[in-house]
Amino acid sequence: MIKIENVSKNYGSFDVLKDCSTTVNKGEVVVVCGPSGSGKSTLIKCVNGLEPFQSGQIIVNGTSVGDPKTNLSKLRSHVGMVFQHFELFPHMSITENLAIAQIKVLKRSKDEAMDKGLKLLDRVGLKAHAHKFPGQLSGGQQQRVAIARALAMDPICMLFDEPTSALDPEMINEVLDVMTELAQEGMTMMCVTHEMGFAKRVAHRVIFMDHGRIVEDDSKDAFFANPRSERAQQFLAKILQH
Amino acid sequence: MYEFDWSSIPGSLPFLWDGMKISLEITLTAVIFGIVWGTLLAMMRLSSVKPLSLFAAGYVNFFRAVPLVMVLLWFFLIVPKFIEQLFNLPPGTDLRLTSAMIGFALFESAYYSEIIRAGIQSVPKGQMAACYALGMTYGQAMRLVVLPQAFRNMVPLLLTQAIILFQDTSLVYVSALADFFGAAYKVGDRDGRLVELLLFAGLVYFVICFAASTLVKRLQKKYHPA
Amino acid sequence: MGYQWNWGVFLQPSAAGDDTYLGWMFAGLKMTIALSLSAWVIALLLGAIVGVLRTAPNKVLAGLATAYVELFRNIPLLVQLFIWYFVLPELLPKALGDAFKQSNPVFQMFSASMICLGLFTSARVAEQVRAGINSLPKGQKNAGLALGFTLPQTYRFVMLPMAFRLIVPPLTSEFLNIFKNSAVCSTIGLLELAAQGRQLVDYTAQPYESFIAVTVAYVVINVIVMTLMKKLEDKVRVPGYMGGK
Repeated sequence: MIKIENVSKNYGSFDVLKDCSTTVNKGEVVVVCGPSGSGKSTLIKCVNGLEPFQSGQIIVNGTSVGDPKTNLSKLRSHVGMVFQHFELFPHMSITENLAIAQIKVLKRSKDEAMDKGLKLLDRVGLKAHAHKFPGQLSGGQQQRVAIARALAMDPICMLFDEPTSALDPEMINEVLDVMTELAQEGMTMMCVTHEMGFAKRVAHRVIFMDHGRIVEDDSKDAFFANPRSERAQQFLAKILQH
Repeated sequence: MYEFDWSSIPGSLPFLWDGMKISLEITLTAVIFGIVWGTLLAMMRLSSVKPLSLFAAGYVNFFRAVPLVMVLLWFFLIVPKFIEQLFNLPPGTDLRLTSAMIGFALFESAYYSEIIRAGIQSVPKGQMAACYALGMTYGQAMRLVVLPQAFRNMVPLLLTQAIILFQDTSLVYVSALADFFGAAYKVGDRDGRLVELLLFAGLVYFVICFAASTLVKRLQKKYHPA
Repeated sequence: MGYQWNWGVFLQPSAAGDDTYLGWMFAGLKMTIALSLSAWVIALLLGAIVGVLRTAPNKVLAGLATAYVELFRNIPLLVQLFIWYFVLPELLPKALGDAFKQSNPVFQMFSASMICLGLFTSARVAEQVRAGINSLPKGQKNAGLALGFTLPQTYRFVMLPMAFRLIVPPLTSEFLNIFKNSAVCSTIGLLELAAQGRQLVDYTAQPYESFIAVTVAYVVINVIVMTLMKKLEDKVRVPGYMGGK
């Protein structure tokens, strides 16, 4: 589904990504973790072309992301993405947030888009808030709406960029529950997150990044039972202390 | 196609320079007076003495609601006559330059006062409390602690306002006073070369103001990096 | 002082005989409003375009937009007005320039004033639009793109609607400025409010009444515009943001 081959990216002399390669197969849930500044957010943004990269290639569902001839908007319209800061559109109501891209990008009718939006809103447990505005919801609720917004586009896979790291602790679980459910339904997912509990529960594979490199890329069990690199061991030790 | 003839400019440069001196003179007076009076207005506006703050608010809002052209017309057509009668001056005394300066100064102080008020408010309240805790009076606290910090934050805005003011001085045209623009217009009118002189005036203003605003931007970066 | 106040002067028939002096004032008021509103339309349209271009990824377009803003910001309004009114008709192709010079003088003055005020203000509006766009979180643009919007669609549906709501207060002050700046157009002979005020002084010999009336008229315009813009501000306020509930 997602194939990343020898991707490198630099800002001048600073390397953000160095020769990264991995694949995410259909139905697979891959968690990407690593210390801050390791390049994990950049990597996931390269997958739908929000960040350009200088060398290597990324193929999503048979389409090359780096190819200048690729219609990126079309590609992105069926790759869902959830952001750290939700990025709901503050000037639109929740239903409008859910419908706008369906109408303007997928050219669905207004009724169809509203219908679909409401169904997904119900699914993330927020149907009662349909007519509110993003600023009136809690962080956790906003993030669930953001997930529903991405799902409304009928994505073939979902990218999560630290979806819980801007949330207050008591709200993290409501978002992780939605993600877990998605994973169990067989959605292809690539998640940048520090939530190791979530990784243990639902991930198939875990990728560990450091200094722009993919240091480990292993099955979940192998990763947690016996991380090969010292840096991954240190990282896990720090993060699992809590 | 229009044929340009720039020949009347070189000979008129001394006259144009005299005009520029008047423009600069008005600018400088209005900036200095505007900052001093504007600071007082800002302090009144922020003061807890109701009549003072009401007066300052009224003054500032009034001058910000009225066009500069209108204020200048008052100061050219009405105020000089009023002063003449008040002080029994011989009729026809040329008060235009003085009047222009007073008009600009009173008008601009309203704008300066708003900049300065925002500057004072940008200094954390704790600073004032700390001054009182050290036994300073209100005046000392303002003079020694609050205003110096406020002005530091405001320097770029005050300078930008000065550039706008310099551009606005061209409006003394309504009094037929020969500032730089007035001088350029007169030369152009005299020689039938209005096109060249107006373009020349525009270029001169552009070069001065663009250079000045570029300097202000540099200064701003130096004071507030990133 | 011996000044004879006479507020009744406004009801006297004017020198031309066809109207009262109050009628002159209203004619000036109408001109001021027509000029300001038409120039404001130009300023908003051009300002939005130039402001967006200043944030464009294309360096050439962004550079051109910056040059536009700097040009109109660093030349006094009066000089710009004289260039539009006196210089431009000379530089146009002869036939066009002559046609303009032979047209109705009020049309000449009005169109030069409208274009001048519109472009002058558009540079300032552009700066506000750019500031509004730049103040949005960077993730908003990414979120729009990630949903499959093209860059123009992202501006159209995501960034501009929010940016414009954020900049209503500074745009209000630009809108007020356009009314005040329109008084500059009295210098080329356009009979707007300030020019009528001058004319009233000459014709009525009641300078105080004339100028007080005109000054009050400007203050009233100011108050009305502020009230209307406050309503607009409340109307477009986004719930949960900027003090909205």
